[in-house]
Amino acid sequence: MNELALLIAATLAAGTPLAIAGLGLLLNERAGVVNLGAEGMLLVSAVAGFAAAHDGGSEWLGFLAGAAGGAAVAAVFGWLVVWLNTNQYATGLAVSLFGSGFSAFVGIGYVGKQLGEQPPHRVPFLADLPFVGPALFRHHPVVYLAIALVAAAAYFLYRTRAGLLLRAIGESPQSAHALGYGVRRIRFAAVVTGGALCGIAGAYLSVVYTPLWVEGMVAGRGWIALALTVFATWRPARILLGAYLFGGVTMLQLHLQARGVHVPSQFMAMLPYVSTIAVLALISRNPLWIRLNMPASLGKPFFPGA
Amino acid sequence: MSVPRLELRHVTKRYGDVVANDDVALTVAPGEIHAVLGENGAGKSTLMKVVYGAVAPDAGEILWDGQPAEVRTPHDARALGIAMVFQHFSLFDSLTVAENVWLGLSRKVALRDVTERIRAKAAEYGLDVDPLRPVHVLSVGERQRVEIVRALLADPRLLILDEPTAVLTPQAVDKLFETLRQVAASGCSILYISHKLDEILELCHACTVLRGGRVVATCDPAQETTASLSRMMIGAEPPRLERRAAKLGPVALSVERLALPCHDRFGVPLEDVSLEVHAGEIVGIAGVSGNGQQELLAALSGEDPRADAGAIRLFGEPIGRTGAAGRRRRGLHFVPEERLGRGAVPSLSLATNMLLTRQEALRAFGWIDRAALRDQASGVLRRYWVKAAGPGAVARSLSGGNLQKYIVGRELDAVPKVLVVAQPTWGVDVGAAAQIHAELLRLRDAGAAVLVVSEELEELFALADRLHVIAKGRLSPPLPAADATVERIGEWMSGLWAGGPGRPEAVAGGPA
Repeated sequence: MNELALLIAATLAAGTPLAIAGLGLLLNERAGVVNLGAEGMLLVSAVAGFAAAHDGGSEWLGFLAGAAGGAAVAAVFGWLVVWLNTNQYATGLAVSLFGSGFSAFVGIGYVGKQLGEQPPHRVPFLADLPFVGPALFRHHPVVYLAIALVAAAAYFLYRTRAGLLLRAIGESPQSAHALGYGVRRIRFAAVVTGGALCGIAGAYLSVVYTPLWVEGMVAGRGWIALALTVFATWRPARILLGAYLFGGVTMLQLHLQARGVHVPSQFMAMLPYVSTIAVLALISRNPLWIRLNMPASLGKPFFPGA
Repeated sequence: MSVPRLELRHVTKRYGDVVANDDVALTVAPGEIHAVLGENGAGKSTLMKVVYGAVAPDAGEILWDGQPAEVRTPHDARALGIAMVFQHFSLFDSLTVAENVWLGLSRKVALRDVTERIRAKAAEYGLDVDPLRPVHVLSVGERQRVEIVRALLADPRLLILDEPTAVLTPQAVDKLFETLRQVAASGCSILYISHKLDEILELCHACTVLRGGRVVATCDPAQETTASLSRMMIGAEPPRLERRAAKLGPVALSVERLALPCHDRFGVPLEDVSLEVHAGEIVGIAGVSGNGQQELLAALSGEDPRADAGAIRLFGEPIGRTGAAGRRRRGLHFVPEERLGRGAVPSLSLATNMLLTRQEALRAFGWIDRAALRDQASGVLRRYWVKAAGPGAVARSLSGGNLQKYIVGRELDAVPKVLVVAQPTWGVDVGAAAQIHAELLRLRDAGAAVLVVSEELEELFALADRLHVIAKGRLSPPLPAADATVERIGEWMSGLWAGGPGRPEAVAGGPA
């Protein structure tokens, strides 16, 4: 019983960075820009966040620095892709490689450093409930922020005119341009916002989740977050579901290994990734679903007046 | 004389070596319905894009209410009060009708109010538009209605309409004209692009004729005839159609009690559809778009092979479950309504697009004989008077009418035994339409079976030996062309034949 509560708690903690990063990527994909540089953005923001939290002595300074770092890398990416019309996939891969190299270089001095002890987090009253207390109410505030962000993004996309415009631009930038909207400006804003969210996710990893800086510590979570957007068919609530599912499978396999289940650990470690592929394959079985939700201009450059 | 609402002076626009607009002048008075007439590629669309700010002219000036105006972007145009209904529709597929309209409105309105205003506006103008349907399930005709409603909702001072009547029933055209007159009477000017000469005579107060990018005439339609307008536009009168008596052969294509549930919940299910097309005759299917035409065409072309095998027969052979390629091998060719996307791949050259339905240029192991392919494409370009830079031109770069000529030409060139054609002359000008009609008749006289699905009654009357009407997924019994009148077909379009589906709500614009 207690073990299950801990497993749930670990799942939420592990799913949170995926949810926030996936949400950021979803926003810029909804505008028609796919940013394969997610891994690089997460790494840069992780080291920025750790450095700020370490040197500044405040977690929140870390998150601020992480968001700024993610947004800065995204702004470079966005400038190249949106204004100079470079290929989104190639540019994204370049950003990803740049991010891993740059973060390793900048982070050398922070390897092995530790952050000051943080008091345990508790939601007043609820944290003391049996079972649900340890499972749901003893988390870092950012875990709850992720849920709030998902709700806000869903509201934005489906209930506001600005969100509608964002979806419209992802669907047909030409039509939006013909209606008189600044497609490039809006795409760029979406990319930078997505970068800032990835930055928060990166900072969460190095400041709260691990919490320390090691080269390459993001460990493919940027790629998983990218897969999550497809998994979620570009709908925010499903990002959250997918993130927790992935986090849950990761934690479950660790848990089973710890219990000495007789399966080679390599196979267990594969589980989250195999499950990602399986779910993606299942989702692709419904073409209508993809067609209705996938931004039609995804990955395509936009030339106004062409 | 009052100050003109819009005045263009010396507008010139070049694309590379091609001069799309050459020193064009145009004056539109307040409340005037002004026709812009011209063949495909005469520069009408480019000129309208200049007015709407979507294209920047190389030279010339625009005066709005007598004042020089900068119209650099569509946003500027809308700020002046210019609204446009596009030829290539600018709607977002995944959004609903109401959401699409919402994005086109500059003021801050709640979505719920937009929905109500669409319903009200649509009812006022007799346009059938359901604001809650997603656009991707709408037919071409329905999309155009959405565009018209969207434009009207902005309360424009100048409304640009590009071939607006192509997809309406005769009754709905009358109704649209009434409302356009109403709109004009309220002070809004209208730029009316059309190739339908009789419509211009009936509706418009003034007419500017373009040929080869230049203004060749400005006239008062009240003083003109269709023949004189046609002479100004193409420099000649359109050839008369020669109709010989049909020599009926055996049944080539037969559909028997075809029933198909829809793919998605917004489609139209087909019920009990039966028809026969003999060799040597043209059968026409009339109807307002969105009444099952798309579904019927998909079932006939093989795009939707879900029918019972025996429900569709080609020369007696059951083909209901055969794919499009299999049907083509048996002699059934198809010209879809949607040119870009279904009829041709927009980003590929005309020559490459040949390969979609024609395999003559393929050699062993699937190698393409490029020279043969280019020759084949050039042949179609020449024989069907397609205006294009050559077989290497990208499909998307052609005007709608020219691409249509190419696609129809590609299928005619294959000498099909059965040809199914959707909207053969949609957006095509008089001269080109007459060519396409003559070719279809020649194919029929050569002994082929032709099925034409069209929303233009005039076209069906000119071509068909027998007529059906489709309404709400049901098909009327056949009617010999001699017995068909506009009134009768118009009634049938609302499903009012004996045993028909009655007057469905989905078909507005029928007899009131």
